[in-house]
Formats: sequence, structure tokens, C-alpha cells
Amino acid sequence: MDLLRFTTAGSVDDGKSTLIGRLLYDSKSIFEDQIAAVKQSSERKGLKHIDLSLLTDGLRAEREQGITIDVAYRYFATPKRKFIIADTPGHIQYTRNMVTGASTANLALILVDARHGIMEQTCRHSFIASLLQIPHLVVCINKMDLVDYSEEVYNRIVSEYTDFASKLDVNDVRYIPISALNGDNVVNRSKNMDWYQGSTLLNTLETVHIASDYNHIDARFPVQTIIRPHSSEYHDYRGYAGRVAGGIFRRGDKVTVLPSGLSSHIKSIDTMNGDLEEAFAPMSVSITLEDDIDISRGDMIVKENNQSIVSQDVDIMICWLSTSGPRPGAKYYLRHTTREVRAIIKEVVYKIDINSLHRVQDDKQIKVNDIARVKLRTTQPLLFDPYRKNRMTGSLILIDETTNETVAAGMIV
Amino acid sequence: MHKYYLDHLQELEAEAIYVIREVVAQFDRPAILFSGGKDSIVVTHLAKKAFFPAKIPLPLIHIDTGHNFPETMVFRDKLVEKLGVQLIVGSVEGSIQEGKAVEETGINASRNALQTVTLLDTIEKYKIDAAIGGARRDEEKARAKERFFSHRDDFGQWDPKNQRPELWNIFNGKKNMGEHFRVFPISNWTEMDVWNYILHENIAIPSLYFAHEREAIYRDNTWLPVSEFVTLRDGEKVEKKLMRFRTLGDITITGGIESDADTLQKIVDEVAATRSTERGNRSDDKRSETSMEDRKRQGYF
Repeated sequence: MDLLRFTTAGSVDDGKSTLIGRLLYDSKSIFEDQIAAVKQSSERKGLKHIDLSLLTDGLRAEREQGITIDVAYRYFATPKRKFIIADTPGHIQYTRNMVTGASTANLALILVDARHGIMEQTCRHSFIASLLQIPHLVVCINKMDLVDYSEEVYNRIVSEYTDFASKLDVNDVRYIPISALNGDNVVNRSKNMDWYQGSTLLNTLETVHIASDYNHIDARFPVQTIIRPHSSEYHDYRGYAGRVAGGIFRRGDKVTVLPSGLSSHIKSIDTMNGDLEEAFAPMSVSITLEDDIDISRGDMIVKENNQSIVSQDVDIMICWLSTSGPRPGAKYYLRHTTREVRAIIKEVVYKIDINSLHRVQDDKQIKVNDIARVKLRTTQPLLFDPYRKNRMTGSLILIDETTNETVAAGMIV
Repeated sequence: MHKYYLDHLQELEAEAIYVIREVVAQFDRPAILFSGGKDSIVVTHLAKKAFFPAKIPLPLIHIDTGHNFPETMVFRDKLVEKLGVQLIVGSVEGSIQEGKAVEETGINASRNALQTVTLLDTIEKYKIDAAIGGARRDEEKARAKERFFSHRDDFGQWDPKNQRPELWNIFNGKKNMGEHFRVFPISNWTEMDVWNYILHENIAIPSLYFAHEREAIYRDNTWLPVSEFVTLRDGEKVEKKLMRFRTLGDITITGGIESDADTLQKIVDEVAATRSTERGNRSDDKRSETSMEDRKRQGYF
């Protein structure tokens, strides 16, 4: 059984909570005592139906206001797959939460209300999915029951979305007509839409091919920490612990350590369950080398003939997360893989209007939730790949030096 | 099946090991919060894997309410000896005697909430800057909002509406003096994952998790074990039951379920078929709709 992480975004009335509720309920992932508690709360609020959003909104403020503020993670499993849902609010003021939820997702579920067609929010969420390079998009045209299950309406929305998606950087887009309220095409095939021959939503989630979502070509191993047992049995042992961020490492491979450029061969790939012949993303292992070279946290082991970019000048797409914008000339801590350096924002090239996808050239003042293209200069070289090539070695965050807050997320262009 | 592919347990394991290694790399004095329950046992097992062949470079912290299952204590001491790690015990009894905590009175009195005082005290005393715990997001709705790296202010408090965003697998452990972090490596695991992992790795757990005969009383829809700390109420009678525990906490608040699951495989089968949550037998969660959030804000685990 493998693991699919997907994200969904939405506002109060688009049926997102109902859809998640139905997926959890129909896959028998909600327990009796949870249902009983939600039923009680619903009755106290004077509702006639069970309010499934109470299952997903956990914080006191969220329950009081009836809105999702933060990212909530939900879990369910079918015999075929385990699922992690990053459930995020869809309003523009929560762009940063959508970006957070999207950062770890293999798939984005985009909800469209069949009555309204493509709205600003649909565009926004789709753009974020493409910016964060989520490999698969599933567009659910919801509330089909309210448009008489009309094939014509469905076709019109699919064609509108296809036009819009041509402006985005996405490869795999699928469309499913559903009614989350009545369960049409969510878990069970709809009896009301004979004209739709494709998969149900759950079947799509269970079968979408995710094994190749990781980069298995460009070998990258950012060193997290050094393991030195200091015991008599492992007297001279020196293991480089980390998580493979891309490609495949094999025992005997000739490797280069960045940024020093020194080379050696892999002596062993160790885990507590035994040595391995090879390791690939996203495995956590320890690597030992034939030669004794100076390696520390933040260095990266790569193949001699396939190295990452090493540079102090980095172009990124940035999403600003903090309520206060960047201060002029401010230095930030920059975290990238296991490396920490300091950085300044040298130039804001343009901002993006995330509703129209237009470049904004006349306003370069970055504010919270803004997405912009910027140039960074770092104190030490970064060892990176473009985000499009590798999400693990192409992503970074900025941390404010005075407040310690994570103020920005960056995707290397 | 694709050759270069991890199944869900392997992927969750790789993620947890990565998180634990980040803690050791980013902090000066990290520790593992060890309750003797299955989740903290799994976290300890993952820490062992993260630093193999070296020893776990972290002490274990046990917050001792004084109301323990004796089996848990025996298990704890054996494990600590086997791992060769330091054990730090924070005593709730001690906090009460020093006047830092006041024992609850009344019919539902427990020491659950008092643990927070002792925990924060212990963290301060040993200058712990990161406490690794076994909490999971699927356990409880407030925990569903937790980060992997969860910041605590200098009063040890959690501010759920003002959490740092956490993107990709990049963790920000920056803090000021006096502040600390709680870190949850198995955030993304479900109860089912934990049991499947214990089965797969054949991890030793306290006998209390397996079906055994025990004297108990039926209270608040659960079988509460008889101990010196429980007073019988009117109409309650002690019965001998074949039972086991799904979670382990303080003996006064942990109810058991009737079960004949006496092997790991049987437990996995039972958990897969069950229709109620594991914390359904924990009276500490039933005090109000947001009791977990309220306790967590104050610094509860």
C-alpha cells in the first residue's frame, strides 16, 4: 500500500467540507464516537443535519466562526492506498495556508460549483497548484444535482477550464462530475449521469500513478548530521546521515561532495535493518565513503557526472507569508535542504496578480500573501536544482533574524 | 509494482527519522518525552534507527504522575537499560509537595492536568530546548493542527492561531532564550499505522496492550482498572474481565476494552475492525469539546 498526499482548498459554501466528510464517511474512516460528538454539537447549534465541517474544524476559533483558518490534516485509507488530506481555506487572505498545504502534495483537488463555473478562487487554487508543481490536478465539478446532472453544463466548464489551464504549468488534469451531497461519483458511481464514463473520485485517487513523482534521475543527498558511535565495535565509523532528495545511490558509486568538490566512492549504505545495495528518494539512510574527507551538515553528496548548481545568486518565485513585508536591505536566514546561509532580496522583478495571472510591474512592494519573482544574493553558495526538476532541492524558506518567524517560501526558477 | 517506490509505512518511517535527525542537528539539548505508551515507544525505536550504529544521543524524560501501571514502570526501566540512555524523571508528587501544583479534589479528580506543571518544570530545570513526543494528528482535533516543529513561548504555551507555516520538509527551529519546541515525528501516522509498524518491526510493548484478566469497574462507558487510587462509587462492583488497553496513561483515567486479542496480529485485526477512536476511553478528553486545545495552550503534551 502506498501513500498519496493531496490538498484541497475552498471557502464556506463550495461543498469542500461535505466532500471531505463524504470521503471519510464512505471509506469508514469516521468513528462512531466522532459522529456522536459532531451530532451533539450540530443539535446544540440548532441544525437539522449533521454538520460534517465540525469534523475538520478543530480550533476553538474555527468552531465559533464556522471557518477553516489553518491547514488541517486528515487521514483515511482504503485497501488500496493511504491518504493524507491537507485541508486549507480558499480565501485570498489565506494564500499562504494554501501554499503550505500544496508544498507536500502529490495531487490537488480543485472544486468547481457547477452553477457558477470557474471563479476567481478556482483560478487562484489552480495557479498555486501549478506554482508548487503538484503533479496531478483533479477538477471536481460539484453540485451537479443542482444543474439537473447536465452533460452540457459539465462540458462547458471542462472546456473553460482547459482554456485556463493552458496558461498554467500542469501536465495531468482530470475532470469528474460529482455531487458531494448525494454521493454521485465520489465513492460510488452515479446513476444520474450515464453520459460520464470516467472514474469516480475515490477510484481516481486510488489509481493515479505517483511512483514517478520523485526525481529518480539526479542523485542528491543533503547531509543532515554525522554519525560517530565512538564504540569499540564501530571505532572508526563515520556515517553521513540524511534523506535521499533525488536519484539513486548505489554501493561503489563514484560521488562528489559539494561545495568542496572532493570525490570518493560509496563504501556502504546503512540502516538498522541491514546494509542496502541502493538508496533512492525519499529514503532516510547513512552513507559511508571509502576516503576520509571533511564533510559537514549542509554539504551535498552528488554523482560526479551529474552535479547540482552551486551559486550565491538565486532567482526564485516567492510567496510572502508574514503580515509585515520585507524591510529594505534586510538580511534573512535562508534554509535550503539542510543548509543555512544568510540572504538579502536584491531585486523584486515583478509581482503576480494571482486572480488574472498577470505580471504586475508598477507595484513592487511585497505584502503578505503576495507571489513575486525576486533575485536573492546569499552569503555562502547554495547547492540547488530548479524547483521544476526537484521539489526537495529547489525549495527554500526565509526566516526573520529578529523574530525567528518563517516569513517566506521560495521556489527556485 | 515500481521498483523505486516505498510503501506507506516505509515512507512514514523515512519522514520520522528525518525529523528526529533534524532535531538533533538543530538543537543543543533535545530529549524524548517517554510515557511508556506505544507511541513514545515507536518514537524511541525510530530514534534508535535514526542514529544506528550509535546510541540514541538523547535522554528520555518520563513525567511520573505517581499513578502508574506497575507494568509500565518495569517496561520503562528495562528499555532504558537496554538502550543505555539517560532517564530523567519529573515527579508530579514532587511538584505537589513543593507547592507548585495543587492536587485536584472531587469525584473526577485526576493528576492529568498537573502533569503540565511538572513537565514545564522539568524542561526548565534540564534546559531542554526540544522535547520530542509521540502525538499524532489523527488522535484529536486540536492535534490535527499541530506542526512537526511546534514552538512554545517562554511560558511553555502554545499559540495555535499564530503558528509558523511549515513548508516542504524544511523545519525552522529558531527560538529565543527560554523558549522551546515540541517536535512530533509521527504526526502523519494513524493508530493503524502505529500498530502495523509495531507488528512489522516486532517492537516490544508493555503487556497491558495485550488481552489479560484484570479486576475492573464499569464507569463512563469504559472498564476502569482497579487500583489503590480508585474509590468505588455507589452501585459499582468489581468484576474480573478479559481486557486490554488501547492507550496507556495515568492508571486513574485510562479505561480498557473487553478483548481477547493476545497477539500483535490479533490487535491489528481488532483495531482495523473497531468503530470508535482510541481516546474514547480517556476521561481527560471528555471534560469539554476543546479540552485538548485548552490543555495544550497551557503547555500540556
